[in-house]
Amino acid sequence: MNEHLEASFPYEGCGFFFGKDGETREITEAYVVNNSKDGDQRRRFEISALDYMKAEQYALKNGLDLLGVFHSHPNHPALPSVHDLKQAVPFFSYIIKSVYDGELRDTTSWRLNEETAEFEEEQVEIEHSLLVYS
Amino acid sequence: MSKVIIPTPLRKFTNQEATVEAAGGTVLEAVNDLAGQYPALSKHLLDDGGNIRSFIRIFVGDEDIISLDKEATKIENDTVISIVPAIAGGSM
Repeated sequence: MNEHLEASFPYEGCGFFFGKDGETREITEAYVVNNSKDGDQRRRFEISALDYMKAEQYALKNGLDLLGVFHSHPNHPALPSVHDLKQAVPFFSYIIKSVYDGELRDTTSWRLNEETAEFEEEQVEIEHSLLVYS
Repeated sequence: MSKVIIPTPLRKFTNQEATVEAAGGTVLEAVNDLAGQYPALSKHLLDDGGNIRSFIRIFVGDEDIISLDKEATKIENDTVISIVPAIAGGSM
């Protein structure tokens, strides 16, 4: 995940992550996808519908939960923007990583509160390396 | 009956079922059947005019219905339909 986002600089990188849902969400795998945004990928990302469909199929096939989406903010803080909020869907965790001049700096995670239509920050603990597929 | 893969963010409306069955000979009929089975799911799939919402994409097998016959795309008993929400964002 980190390597992909650093390598994507100065453009936004993105992907999915999988694991088990529960009171604490455990992420066991990440899956890198292309930023398919038409336009300025330095400040926007989009995941194609086909890549999304494949991610759901991957989760079903492997008995995993599709827990959310990660993306980078090149030369910007790891804080959700109005565009992130506007496009957010329920349930998913949105991991945002800031990358400054090609180097990862901060990691945050956010989940949409459907009642307030605002993001709530989630606590992130990094225990071990992930399996990352691309 | 076709098999519909429900996207993870909408599974709370299908009692956490990842795949459900829907009746109908076209995509729109199957989506309407699904909305009838799970009324709380309806507003996330269909607008007030009964059309599939613009931020939802539908696949039949591996094909986006945009490149087929859109909502009128014909389906058969063993067709797998995927409902796909738009995923996007950005730093500023």
